[in-house]
Amino acid sequence: MTAVAIQADGLSKCYQRGMAQTSGLLRDTIANAFRSPFRLFQRNRKETFWALNGVSLEVREGEVLGLVGRNGSGKTTLLKILSRITRPTEGWAEIHGRVGSLLEVGTGFHPELTGRENAFLSGAILGMTKQEIARKFDEIVAFAELEKFIDTAVKHYSSGMYVRLAFAVAAHLEPEILLVDEVLAVGDIRFQKKCLGKMGDVARSGRTVIFVSHQLNQIRRLCNRAVWIDAGTVSQVGSTPEVVGAYEAAMSSNDRQTEPGRSGAKQTAQFLSWKIVGGEEESDSLHRLDSVGQTTVSFLLQVNSSIQHGQHGIALFDLDRRLMWAYSTDGLSFDPGIHQLAYTFPFLPLCPKSYNWQVSLWDDTGNVDLWEALPEMLVVAPNYQHAKDEWNGVLNLPCTLDIKRKG
Amino acid sequence: MASVTSNPPVANTLAGPPSARVTLRIEPPRRWFELRLEELWLYRELLYFLVWRDVKIRYKQTAIGISWVIIQPLLTMLVATLFFGRLAKLPSQGLPYSVFCFAAIVPWTYFSTALANVTSVMVDNQRVITKVYFPRLILPVSSALSGLVDFSIAFIVLLIFTFAHGIRPAWTLLLLPLFLLLAVSTVLGIGLWLSALNALYRDVKYLTPFLLQFWMLASPVYYSSSMVPERYRWIYGLNPMTGVIDGFRWGLTGTGHPPSSSMFASLGIVLLSVLGGLWFFNGMEVRIADRV
Repeated sequence: MTAVAIQADGLSKCYQRGMAQTSGLLRDTIANAFRSPFRLFQRNRKETFWALNGVSLEVREGEVLGLVGRNGSGKTTLLKILSRITRPTEGWAEIHGRVGSLLEVGTGFHPELTGRENAFLSGAILGMTKQEIARKFDEIVAFAELEKFIDTAVKHYSSGMYVRLAFAVAAHLEPEILLVDEVLAVGDIRFQKKCLGKMGDVARSGRTVIFVSHQLNQIRRLCNRAVWIDAGTVSQVGSTPEVVGAYEAAMSSNDRQTEPGRSGAKQTAQFLSWKIVGGEEESDSLHRLDSVGQTTVSFLLQVNSSIQHGQHGIALFDLDRRLMWAYSTDGLSFDPGIHQLAYTFPFLPLCPKSYNWQVSLWDDTGNVDLWEALPEMLVVAPNYQHAKDEWNGVLNLPCTLDIKRKG
Repeated sequence: MASVTSNPPVANTLAGPPSARVTLRIEPPRRWFELRLEELWLYRELLYFLVWRDVKIRYKQTAIGISWVIIQPLLTMLVATLFFGRLAKLPSQGLPYSVFCFAAIVPWTYFSTALANVTSVMVDNQRVITKVYFPRLILPVSSALSGLVDFSIAFIVLLIFTFAHGIRPAWTLLLLPLFLLLAVSTVLGIGLWLSALNALYRDVKYLTPFLLQFWMLASPVYYSSSMVPERYRWIYGLNPMTGVIDGFRWGLTGTGHPPSSSMFASLGIVLLSVLGGLWFFNGMEVRIADRV
């Protein structure tokens, strides 16, 4: 068993909601105090808000820990406490080793400075020494693919160039303990893959990493252990597939319940879930497609009262809402119960990025259910296309080229 | 990527030898004073980079760039010489009025711009403050120091200007760094309070120009401190900028008021305000990221 790198005990953080939201003008504070001298205290007491409430955890050296949880559940607050940006209200933590934190890309970037100057400045703010940055400078520039523009002011950069440089600087930070918050998905899809690869290197280099992301696939890929934080407390700790699976299940059932127009009256039928059939039955690969070959995608449909003359539609969109493919079947009838609808494709030549399935069901009375399937489908198949981005199209088709001399 | 142990520069500078892992304890803020000066030393390179950044960006996208550093005090001096020297005929301790006021405008310009910059530094850097940790004290210190670059350029012009008027530097010139140090300390002593307060109450931003205006009137920038009646002079001398400006004139030209006993009182005041400022800033530091 390796040594403990981070130990936290009962970490709590209380924010006074009113404070951050009022204008911050002395006048208001004084005016309120005059208007009702006693309410000043009452109000503060009423509007306290525990962003984090008694979080204890232990991270061992070399471990890569993923934090999952909804927006506002306290993940970032926890990272901010561990990286010393803010102090806990209660509880304590002990950190053994030098900490670096990445809460955003481009911390400390100044638009008027050149790429080179910003690399040094941002590096220094993140905790690198001048020597260290100078030593890694060429590597950083090469990673960001900005050789030609490194002496241009970053205000003239495209947003893609900006985040590439910012990530490259951050990725070359080498503390013993690294705290990362949702900064990975930057740039175009090819650069995102490169970032992920870099993070994988970091994870495998024996460093201790705490990693927050909403992209569950990233968590699955990078982390050996995960913590689910909900409403400021630890909801579940354990192996990544277990915790992420539980979180995902809770989220998609939540989403199904909270979608507008669904709550209340019982529906005739409702789509429940989807998965990719085949692969290993690990929850890991249920929504991840790693080849362009034969694939079966199945949807679970819960039917509450029988349906005649049903019409069922399916569509695949990319994240820019471009339609990739759609199909529909009519004259369907369903008895009450749970049904599986499985689509088999002899090949599914999709580019490596994320997609959304959409499934619908209609009957004579109109729309029964329209589901934007969750989670999204992540395609991680090899890219069989042109090496240059601008020549990457919609289809990801492997091919062979055969050249023969004919006369 | 290299592993941590094969990476001496980081480990050596910031965490001691790689074998000795630093342990950091994170706890709720305590009431007492926790000044971590050794930490400030560890982050000295960041201090350097922040000063460098300030200097780099100050005159970016201006047509005449760094020339502003010279033009501003020169123009102020010309206008002051015209109105206060020629028209109002204010006494100037036997010096040409232009030299008399230029010798004050240069340190005063440093003081007023540096104090204004230090006041807003926590707000200007709020994005960084809420995203990464470093000793917050570095920000006001870097802001106070970066003004010294402008000052040095203006000071060279001042030296040339004095020399051109036939005034030869005396040995007292060697004492100028001490007066400069007093000016920097005053900026920090007052600036630490103002910058921490400004992070919580933006009112400070509106207050600072007034403060600087009154302060200028209460300092011998355009008039000689000998115009102040004798019996009020001890109060007048408590203003550290009186000592700084009189000291500058005296040091540069060898004439005028050498620092008097009231200077020591103002030294005491500066020392107290720096210590008090450190204490106050330190107390606010732990809350600034939550409230800025």
